[in-house]
Amino acid sequence: MQEASLLELRGIEKRFPGVLALNNVDFTLQSGEIHALMGENGAGKSTLIKILTGVYPMDGGSVTVEGKKVHIASPQDAQNNGISTVYQEITLCPNLTVAENMYIGRDKGLMVKQKDYEKRADEILSQLQIPARARQQLGNCSLAVQQMVAIARAVDMQCKVLILDEPTSSLDDKEVNMLFSLMRDLKARGVGIIFVTHFLEQVYEVCDRITVLRNGELVGEYLVEDLPQVQLVAKMMGKELEELNSLSETEEKKSATGETFYEAEDLSSSAAFPFNYSIKKGEVNGFTGLLGSGRSESVRAIFGADKVNSGTVKVKGKPVKINKPIDAMKNGIGYLAEDRKRDGIISELSVRENIILAMQVMKGFWRPISRSEQEAFADEYIKALNIKTASRETPIGSLSGGNQQKVILARWLLTHPEYLILDEPTRGIDVGTKLEIQKLVLKLAEDGVSVTFISSEVEEMLRTCSRLIVMRDRHIVGELTGSDLNQAQVMKTIAGGEAKNNE
Amino acid sequence: MSKKRSIGQILGPLAIPLIAIGILVIFNLIRDPEFFSIVIKHNNDGNAVLAGNLISIVNGASELAILAMGMTIVTAACGGQDISVGAAAAIAGSMFVKVLKSVQEITGVTVVLAFLAACVIAMIFGAFNGTLVAVFKIQPMIATLILYTCGRSIAYWINGGATPSVESSILNAWGSFIPGIPIPTPVLIVILMAIIFGLLFKFTSLRLFTQSVGINESAAKLNGINATWIKLLSFIILGVCVAVAGTIGVSRLGLINHETLLLDVEMDTILAVAIGGNSLGGGRFRLSGSIIGAYVIQMLTITLYAMKVPSTDVKAYKAIVIVILVVIGSPVVKKKFSKFVGDLRRKRAARSENSEKGAA
Amino acid sequence: MEDFKIKKREPFSDTKLLMTITICIFFGMYILAMIFLKGGFLHFQQIGDLLNDNTSLIIVACALTIVMIGGGIDISVGAVTSLVVMSCVMYLNSGGNIFVSILLALGIGLAFGVVQGFLISYLEIQPFIVTLAGMFFARGMTTILSDNPQKVEHEGFKELMSSRIEIPWLGYTANNGNKIPFRLEIGVIVAILCVIAVFFLLRKFRLGRNFYAIGGNQTSAMMLGINVKRTRFLSYVISGLLCGIAGYCFMMHTGAGNATNAAGMEMNAIASAIIGGTLLTGGVGSVIGTFFGTMTLTTIKKIVVSSGLNDPWWQSITTGGMLCFFIILQSVVLKRRQKKRVL
Repeated sequence: MQEASLLELRGIEKRFPGVLALNNVDFTLQSGEIHALMGENGAGKSTLIKILTGVYPMDGGSVTVEGKKVHIASPQDAQNNGISTVYQEITLCPNLTVAENMYIGRDKGLMVKQKDYEKRADEILSQLQIPARARQQLGNCSLAVQQMVAIARAVDMQCKVLILDEPTSSLDDKEVNMLFSLMRDLKARGVGIIFVTHFLEQVYEVCDRITVLRNGELVGEYLVEDLPQVQLVAKMMGKELEELNSLSETEEKKSATGETFYEAEDLSSSAAFPFNYSIKKGEVNGFTGLLGSGRSESVRAIFGADKVNSGTVKVKGKPVKINKPIDAMKNGIGYLAEDRKRDGIISELSVRENIILAMQVMKGFWRPISRSEQEAFADEYIKALNIKTASRETPIGSLSGGNQQKVILARWLLTHPEYLILDEPTRGIDVGTKLEIQKLVLKLAEDGVSVTFISSEVEEMLRTCSRLIVMRDRHIVGELTGSDLNQAQVMKTIAGGEAKNNE
Repeated sequence: MSKKRSIGQILGPLAIPLIAIGILVIFNLIRDPEFFSIVIKHNNDGNAVLAGNLISIVNGASELAILAMGMTIVTAACGGQDISVGAAAAIAGSMFVKVLKSVQEITGVTVVLAFLAACVIAMIFGAFNGTLVAVFKIQPMIATLILYTCGRSIAYWINGGATPSVESSILNAWGSFIPGIPIPTPVLIVILMAIIFGLLFKFTSLRLFTQSVGINESAAKLNGINATWIKLLSFIILGVCVAVAGTIGVSRLGLINHETLLLDVEMDTILAVAIGGNSLGGGRFRLSGSIIGAYVIQMLTITLYAMKVPSTDVKAYKAIVIVILVVIGSPVVKKKFSKFVGDLRRKRAARSENSEKGAA
Repeated sequence: MEDFKIKKREPFSDTKLLMTITICIFFGMYILAMIFLKGGFLHFQQIGDLLNDNTSLIIVACALTIVMIGGGIDISVGAVTSLVVMSCVMYLNSGGNIFVSILLALGIGLAFGVVQGFLISYLEIQPFIVTLAGMFFARGMTTILSDNPQKVEHEGFKELMSSRIEIPWLGYTANNGNKIPFRLEIGVIVAILCVIAVFFLLRKFRLGRNFYAIGGNQTSAMMLGINVKRTRFLSYVISGLLCGIAGYCFMMHTGAGNATNAAGMEMNAIASAIIGGTLLTGGVGSVIGTFFGTMTLTTIKKIVVSSGLNDPWWQSITTGGMLCFFIILQSVVLKRRQKKRVL
C-alpha cells in the first residue's frame, strides 16, 4: 500500500508581485491513476501545472518523481522527467502530417526518416485506437483527433505523467467518449494522468481521485466514490454543506413584476445550445454554474457577439433581429465581456478613449463627441467608480486589472443601456469596490434598468439577483427564485438532483 | 507635473523621426553652413520664388508626404502595407491627362473635373484593394501585389499607349508655382492635405475607430464597430491621396509617363510610415510622424546629392541609414540596452552603498 | 465509437491541393494554347524557350518559396541577383577565372543571406524592412560598381554561355525545311537541379520540415522543441545562396551586367510562389508548385503575345488578372476547408 507514488508535490509555494498564487500546496499522483485537478478561478490550477511543466519556477516546495527528487527549470526538464502536457489550444502544427507532428523536434538527424515515422505512428495510432492515419494532414482532422495525436506523441515519448489541461472543452459527446477510452487505455499501461477540467459529470465518469484547490490553497484530496457531487461543488466554492444549511435565509427578494423587456425563444449560436430566456424591466437576474458551464456563451448569444444560428427575439414586445453587437446596442443592450483583455480593453488607447468608445459607436461615425465632452465624461466616471489612474490620458494597458475593469464598466454605463449584461464584473476587483458594484446594480434596477449579473461568487449574485438561472455543462438545468435563492439550493442544482427544469 | 508629462507624451513617439532630422540638419550645417539658406530667385515666368536646398527638400517630398498620410491610415487599420500606390498614382495621373487632352481648352473648371476623374478612378481601385483585404481577408501586401503588377500597364492603356504631355499655365501653377506665391504649390498642397486630415479627425470618429480596429479587432467589433467598413474606408482614403500625388507628379513635368511616375515610391512611403514611429503591424498612429518621416527620407537624399554622391549610389546609403534606425528600434536591442543601463545603475548603487558601509 | 471510420481516401493536404490546382490550370492553359493558338506552341522548343529565358526567375522563386513557407518574405532577391551579375562580370573581365567567379557569386548571396537572416531572426526586426534595406543596398552597390552596362569579355565564359544541350528528336522542322534540334542552355540544368535540391530539402531533410513547422505555428514549433530562431535564420541564408546561383545563371543568359538587371524579379518570384500555392502566412507551399507557378506566369505572357494582343500593356494586365484569380481562389478554397474542420 505504501509504494512510492509516481509524482509527489509537497509544500509548493509560488508568489507573483502582490499575490500568493500557491500556498503550501500538496499533490500526489499514483501511476495508473486518473486524477482530477479542480478549482474555480484563481484557485491556482494553472499555476500548479505551469510549475510542473517547467514554465514557472517555484518559490518553495519539492517535486518528486518515482521517489527521486527532481528540479524542473524548463519545459525540456519536464519532458526529460517524463512529464508531458497536452494543452487546450492545440500545440501542434496543423499544416504537417500526423506522423510528423508526432516526431518533429525530437530527432537529431539530418534527414527525416519519413517511412519510419509513418510506420511507428500508424502502430501507435491503432494501438490507441485513434481514428487517424499517419499520412493525413493534421489540420484535416477534427479537434478531438488532433488532441489525441498530441497525446499519442506524449505516449510515444514514454511519458510517465500525462497532464491534460481542459481537453474536453471543445469536444462533443462522442469525441469525449473517444478521449476517455484512450485515457483508460493509458491508465491500464501505468501512465498517471492529471485531468484538469471543470466538467463535473466527466470527472465522475472517468476519474479515480479528485484534488480541489481554492484561492491558492489545498482544500483536499478525495477518492471519487467518497465525494458526492454536491459536496464537491461546495468544496470548490468554499462552503461546507452543513454550514450552508445552517445559514439563515437571506431576505427574500421580490421577483420583479412588470413588462418583459427582452425575450428569446430557441436562441442558439455557434457556441450555445438552443435556449429560452426572458428578463423583465428593472429585474436583476443572474446565470450561475461552474466555470465553463455555458454562462458566457449564453449571454454572448443574447448580445449577438457570436454568430447567431437560430431563435426569435423580442425587445419590449417587438420582434427584432440581433445578429451583431451594434443591433443589440441599438436596442439598448450593453455587454461587459468576461475576458477583458481579449474582448474589452483597447490597450494602447487612453482611459478616456476607452470610456467613450461604445457611446461614440452608438452616436455614429459622423458625430464625434467633442474633446471637452469626452474629458468631462471620463472625469465623471473616474470619480464615480474611483478609477485609479495617473490621468485620463494614461493608456489603459498600464492600469491594474481591477481598474481596467472599472473603465470598461464606465464605458457601458455611459451608454445608459436599458439592459446591461455584466459577465464577471467583479473579477480581480478589491472587496470594497465589489460591494460598490453590487450596490450599483441594485440602483440601476431601481431606475428601471434590467441587469444580468454573472459572477463566480454566488453570494454576490444572491445579494443582488431576484432570479438565478442555473447552468451545467452547457445546458440550463434550473431556475431559482424566491425562497430557493440560497447557497445550498444553488449548490444542489448545479450539482444535479432536484429542481431540474425539463429541456 | 502634468504639463511635463504631456510634452513628453506628445514628443515621445516622434522621437526617432525628430532625432533623425536633427542629426541630418546638424550634419549639413557642419558641412556647409549655407546649406539651408533660402534665396529668392526668379523662375521662368519671371516671378519671384524661394529657392535653395531647404526648398528642394520640402518641395520634392510632397508626393511622398501625401502618400504617407494615406498609407498610415491603411497600415493602422489593416496591419499591412499597400505596395501598389506608385502604380495607382500612375493610373490616376493618366486619367487626369486623358480628361485634359479631351477638352478643347484647359480652364480652371476642366482641371478640377480632370482631378475629380482621377480621384474617382483611384478610389475605385482603392476599393478593389480594400475589398480583397476587408472581405476576403487577404493580407494587404498580397492583395496589392495585383495592382502593383498591372497598374502601370493599365495607366499605359488609358492613354492608348502614349505618354502624352499637356501644356497649361494652370498645371504649371499646380505643379510648381502659383504666380505671386513664392512657396512651391506642392508644399501648399501638403499643408492643405494635412489640414483636411485634421478636419477629418476632428469631425468624424475616424481616428478612434481606425485605431481600435488596428489594436484589437475583436474588442472593436464587440463595441459595435464595423471593422470591414473601416478597413475599406482606409483604402479609399489612400485612393484620394494617390490621386492628389499622381496629379502633382504629372503637373510638375507636364506629361505622364506611366513607367517613371513615382517609380518605387511605395517602398519610400512604407519607410516614411515606419520612420514616423508607427507600427507596421497596425494600431495607434501619428500622421505627423509619417509626414516628418517623408521629409527625413527626402532630406537624406538631398544631403547625399549635396555631397556629390551620384544618384545611382544613393540607394545604398539610404539602406545603411534605414538599417541603423531599425536596429536601434528593434525590441531585442532595446531590451538589451535597458538591461545594460539597469545593470550599470545597480552597480553604481551597490558601489555607493559599499562606500557608505565602509565609511560607517 | 464505430462512427469514426477513417475516410478511405485521405483528403489532400493544403499544400498538395493548391499545387494540384496550379498544375492543372497550367496544363489546361497550355493545351488550349496548343489547340487555339497553334504556332510556336506546337513545338517543344516553346517550353525550352520558356525555361531558357527564366532560369534565374525559377531559382529565385525557389528561394522565395523557402522563405515564405517559413513565414517570412524577402524582397531583396532581385537586387542581390543583379549585384551578383555585375560583380562577376567585372571580375571576369579583369582577368579572373570561372571557378573563382562561381565562388564569388555564392559568397555575395551568402553574405546577404547571413546578414539579413541575423537581423530578422535574432534581432527580431520585420523582414519587410530588412529586405527592403537589403534591396536598396544591393541596387546601390551595383551602380557603385559600375554605372554603365558591362559586357563579358572572358573567353571561357563566353563559351559557357553559348553552349547548348541539344536533343534532336525533340526538335522541329523550320519553314525552310531545316531540322532544328531542341536546345537548352546550361543554366536550365542548373535551375532544374536547384528545384530538385530544394524539393528534397523540403521533403526529406529535418531542416526543411522545420521550415513548415515554424511557418505553420511558431509557438507550437517552439514547444515541440524546434529552435525557431536558428531555423528562420537558415531559411534566409539558403535564400541568399540561391540568389547567388540565380545571379550566375542570369549572367550566363544575358552576358552583361546592368544596373537594371532583374528589376522587379522579386515581385515576379512572389507571384510565382503564390500562383504555385505558397501562402504568405507560411506553412504551406511546395517547390514543384512554385515551378509550375513560374511556368504559368511566363506562359501567360507568351499566350498574350501570340493571341495578337500586341499592345505592351496586355502582358502585365493579364498577369495581374491571373494573380487576382489565384489569390481569390486560394482564399476561398482555404476558408471552406477551415469551416469544415473546426466542427
